[in-house]
Amino acid sequence: MRTGERPKGVIRWITTTNHKDIGTLYLVLAFILFFVGGSMALVIRTELFAPGLQWVDPDFFNQMSTLHGLIMIFGFLMPSFVGLANWQIPMMIGAPDMALPRMNNLSFWILPFAFLLLASTLFIEGPAPNFGWTLYPPLSTTYGPDSTDFLIFSIHLMGISSIMGAINIIATILNLRAPGMSLIKMPIFVWTWLITAFLLIAVMPVLAGSVTMMLMDRHFGTSFFNAGGGGDPVLFQHLFWFFGHPEVYILILPAFGVISEILPTFSRKKLFGRTSMIYAVGCIALLSFLVWAHHMFTVGMPVAGELFFMYTTMLIAVPTGVKVFNWVATLYRGSITFEPPMLFALAFILLFTIGGFSGLMLAMVPADFQYHDTYFVVAHFHYVLVPGAVFALFAAIYYWLPKWTGRLYNMHIARWHFWLSFLAVNLLFFPMHFLGLAGMPRRIADYALQFAEFNRMASIGGFTFGIAQLLFIVVVIQCILRGPRTTSRVWEGSHGLEWTLPSPAPYHSFAIPPKIE
Amino acid sequence: MHAVKNTYYVPSASYWPIMGSIGLVMAATGAVTALHNHNSQYGFYLLLLGFTMLVAMLFGWFRSVICEDAAELYSRQVEQSFRWGMAWFIFSEVAFFGAFFGVLFYARNYSVPWLAGSGDGVMTHHLLWPEFQGVWPLVENPDPTKFQNPKWYMGAWGVPAINTLILLSSAVTVTWAHWGVLQARRLQIILGLAATVLLGSLFLYFQAYEYIHAYQELELKISSGIYGTIFFTLTGFHGLHVAMGTLMLTVIGFRSLKGHFSPDNHFAFEATAWYWHFVDVVWLCLFVFVYCL
Repeated sequence: MRTGERPKGVIRWITTTNHKDIGTLYLVLAFILFFVGGSMALVIRTELFAPGLQWVDPDFFNQMSTLHGLIMIFGFLMPSFVGLANWQIPMMIGAPDMALPRMNNLSFWILPFAFLLLASTLFIEGPAPNFGWTLYPPLSTTYGPDSTDFLIFSIHLMGISSIMGAINIIATILNLRAPGMSLIKMPIFVWTWLITAFLLIAVMPVLAGSVTMMLMDRHFGTSFFNAGGGGDPVLFQHLFWFFGHPEVYILILPAFGVISEILPTFSRKKLFGRTSMIYAVGCIALLSFLVWAHHMFTVGMPVAGELFFMYTTMLIAVPTGVKVFNWVATLYRGSITFEPPMLFALAFILLFTIGGFSGLMLAMVPADFQYHDTYFVVAHFHYVLVPGAVFALFAAIYYWLPKWTGRLYNMHIARWHFWLSFLAVNLLFFPMHFLGLAGMPRRIADYALQFAEFNRMASIGGFTFGIAQLLFIVVVIQCILRGPRTTSRVWEGSHGLEWTLPSPAPYHSFAIPPKIE
Repeated sequence: MHAVKNTYYVPSASYWPIMGSIGLVMAATGAVTALHNHNSQYGFYLLLLGFTMLVAMLFGWFRSVICEDAAELYSRQVEQSFRWGMAWFIFSEVAFFGAFFGVLFYARNYSVPWLAGSGDGVMTHHLLWPEFQGVWPLVENPDPTKFQNPKWYMGAWGVPAINTLILLSSAVTVTWAHWGVLQARRLQIILGLAATVLLGSLFLYFQAYEYIHAYQELELKISSGIYGTIFFTLTGFHGLHVAMGTLMLTVIGFRSLKGHFSPDNHFAFEATAWYWHFVDVVWLCLFVFVYCL
């Protein structure tokens, strides 16, 4: 294609090198998969609405919980935050585009194919992967269905995509900042992404290596995870969680960044303790490499190991506490208004902290012996991921959508979206704490009668939450098609370089880098 | 020479990435099909087609980059992005090898001793395979009926030691070639690169020889327990990287012949040299932890 030429129609989206186009593609794919993964969750909640087996057989139930987890993490949350990074980072640091625009296109376009490969497992002969998103052997090796191989290669493709995306983000942040923007002056959202990208490059290859070992154990007679040859199935758990724990920070750190951008705008104050926020994110990222075995306290580790991982895990509460304290201190004596992004951000602080506290409970080895593999764990990670990461994502989109489209959205419907989501998400996940403490195991299609009431509540909450998300789609489409025009600043208290650009932001963000005082 | 520019070059729309994605997914689908139906050729052909597309994509993509560089569209800042890109790519490779070294350490220090009854493994040992001794390198597996014992393990001081010398000298020759680029000494560049490619190929030849020796005489196979598994996967992935690096050096050699590199603009050369040194360091770790210890 000749220089400067800009194709139209579908070809534009397939061949684009523009960070805004690619950001949009990421977000669109993420939300399609959000509804796909969400429907799977609703299959789960339908079956669990009442005790007994009514709708699906247990094997299909297991396939649903496996694919729900994989799609929500790799298909929805990760791509959506990469989409935000694509849209925002160049605008926030005063760059014309991402550092490696062609590679940016490749990082995105691998993903739809990776998920086609994953989805194909539902349609080929034999069951889809049914061993949970954690892929533990021997369920995934000796006893894994044929479709497991598609899953393995699909994870390889996602890994390639994430690593290239992360390399691009780091190169952009390190190399394309406007003159005068030192690292310490950089917006917090960009900081959190810098650290997230580092985590991605450090741990995605470990996941790729682990699933490669799975593949070889399945087909080439290796004994990585087979004790008969001197290997160990538990070794997979160590490798997986060495990836898996940093992975949960990959999902939540950009969310921290979003919240740290939004709270100052709607409190009309500066972010409290800005530098300490940056150090806190750095500490969380470093500690995330030293805590992985807290996911496997009941597997039979030496006591010294259990103690080590218990203490390191609890240590993470310190930098996280710094962050929550600073957010609350930012609100203190601010002149606060409650626009939709702010509502989601405030709910994030409250509900993410609940998820954080249940995490602390799980970190205690003796207590975890009781909670392990129960619905308490399900409640914990859904609290940090749904009203945590997902709410932060909604906050971010409601915050920056007027900048992207140049139009305001219907605040009334957006508020309905918030309140319905807020109530439903608590109805959905809070009862799971009680279920878990009472001993209901996770990943089962049927349960004892005494768990019926709380499960019914959770299912009603689940469907309400699912339906409420349709309002979000209405808001976004309405905004794009016929929202009223808005100014470049959009919000009264907005701050940062992206708000100096006109709304909608021009195709190439800053052709000439701005000077930062 | 780089012209002084104050705009960052953003390439226009490109078909290479989508070609790469399709090539990748075809290769993946082909690989799975080939694994599932050993009799049908269909999967193998699909795999081959996918790889061909990937190679074509890389060829075309790098060609675009070289043309854009020749047209002086790139500023110093663009080159800096390439530098960060390559550096972090190598970091991701370090993490990949880290996973496999992690397996080696875990097997040696935990899983094998536990299976042999040390620490908390007393009952495991007693109930599962009470005969198992757990001596590293593992030539007697816990369950020899499932994982056949090799006759012996691979010693360090034959071919592997020669290969260590070969790779270490290739690091010297590639650096010598780099000095040639910096001082614009054409002959030194060509000779240095040719020597490096030669040494890389020699390394691969010796490795193939070693593998044949392992399979035929030692009966040490990838399926003969965790020692064979980790031996062949670590040296195998490293060997793939050597092959890749040798190919990159060859391309760089041809580009040097065409006079693509100047003392102040030769990042492709440097990136390849970085990669080669990385491969070298991995080998040193391999030599120490897989062969010697």
